Amino acid sequence: MSFIKKIEENGIEVLSLVVAVTIWQIIADKVIHNKFLLPSFYDVISSFFTIVKSGLLFTDILTSLLHFSIGIIAALVIGIPLGIAMGWFKKTNRAIDPIIEILRPIPPLAWIPFAIVWFGLTHQAAGFVIFIGMIFPIIINTYTGFKNVPKVYVEAAKVLGCTRNIDLIRFIAIPSAMPSIVSGIRVAMGVGWMCLVAAEMFGVSDRGLGYQIWHNYYLHRMDVVLVYMLLLGFVGLLIDRFFRHYVDAKLLRWTSGTVV
Amino acid sequence: MGRVSVKNISRIFTKKEENGGTEALHDVSFDVEDGEFICLLGPSGCGKTTLLRITAGLETQTSGEITLNGVPITGPDPKRGMVFQQYSLFPWRTVIDNITFGLEMQGISKTEAKKQVEKYIDLVGLEQFKNSYPYELSGGMQQRAAIARALANEPEVLLMDEPFGALDAQTRNILQDELLKIWEQKHVTFLFVTHSVDEAVVLSDRIVVMTARPGRIKEIVTVDLPRPRSRTSPEVNRLRDRVLRLLEEERFHR
Repeated sequence: MSFIKKIEENGIEVLSLVVAVTIWQIIADKVIHNKFLLPSFYDVISSFFTIVKSGLLFTDILTSLLHFSIGIIAALVIGIPLGIAMGWFKKTNRAIDPIIEILRPIPPLAWIPFAIVWFGLTHQAAGFVIFIGMIFPIIINTYTGFKNVPKVYVEAAKVLGCTRNIDLIRFIAIPSAMPSIVSGIRVAMGVGWMCLVAAEMFGVSDRGLGYQIWHNYYLHRMDVVLVYMLLLGFVGLLIDRFFRHYVDAKLLRWTSGTVV
Repeated sequence: MGRVSVKNISRIFTKKEENGGTEALHDVSFDVEDGEFICLLGPSGCGKTTLLRITAGLETQTSGEITLNGVPITGPDPKRGMVFQQYSLFPWRTVIDNITFGLEMQGISKTEAKKQVEKYIDLVGLEQFKNSYPYELSGGMQQRAAIARALANEPEVLLMDEPFGALDAQTRNILQDELLKIWEQKHVTFLFVTHSVDEAVVLSDRIVVMTARPGRIKEIVTVDLPRPRSRTSPEVNRLRDRVLRLLEEERFHR
């Protein structure tokens, strides 16, 4: 009984995936007949296991995660304090805003040449491109969160004896802006993940998931390309899920009453 | 001790486009005795909230001076607690963490602060909800918690800016009775802004009735009725009638 119910509950999602994979397999295997144009599901799975056996997969995932970590840590460490300073002090905002507005529209990938010139073909170079992609959403959402701190919380804190800027920022503005900061980080992680692939593709790195896509394209191993594409999707999904789970449980428990 | 003295307070709000600006308060003076319950009553826009905010130190006067026990007020201070009309509990803190906030700011450790505020949680009857977040509370409970949060700092004056304005009529009556009990127990001076004549008559020792903008003192009405007051006794009604007539005059003045 409970088994049938379970199928009923999750059945539509699973069924839809199975149908999609079946159609893919049939089209690739019976219609296109060309491993280069469209590798079949079976090709992809068997290449996946070959890669796992060779051990390359883990090095590539770890390399990409390393690039991503460099980017996100730098973006958080620089972006959040900047956003806070801009959101809390009007003059800082006036001083920094023009610079940001000029730099922001430059696509992160345009920084790749300078990333290579400045950092060489290193992990830091890839991390730098990711950092550029991530920092602006983080700055802007932190700033917006700070701008929207309800005045009544600041005043309530002041009459309760919390009057120094540093305390008001720490005890009132940061917690109040947290939902906005968190959503900025999520957007930034999406952008950063895209930058990761591009940075690795354009030769900033000689390892990583993005690098392998380009490398295997040269080798005409489109089945392997597809393996790495799917891996990028799954790893990205996992990072996002993990982050959301952590944030909802730890940082934003108090917002569960509000509609997001 | 909480003796508040308001001396010749005026407040002019200036806007860039306007010349001269709007005068919200004009030469307001009165004294509040220690432990007295004062209501500020007046038509909307008469500057009663502005006067309260100047007393809290959240706003500055254009001229004049407000003193607490002889010391001029220059900025916010935990000695002057305030309860706002809007729900002002910090939504990211539980009820008890809201109430301990003031003590934490004084550098008291969280465990010690929690012990100290226990009696205030009891006083407002929120024992059951102390670990809830504000979104889980009704409006009346949120204002109770806000009162406890203000009391936890053991202020000399409690400033209340229409704290029950957003509540339904029944909750309002209940909270008024509870507030009086707290006032009797705690010996705190109350300055209470309201636009409700009923509320002013039930609560206060004296009602400061203000004129329409610019706000001046129209009359200070002493409420010489023993507590607990009935809301419908002939004396209360007579007084209500008198205050309402004062307010009505203001309406036709404009």
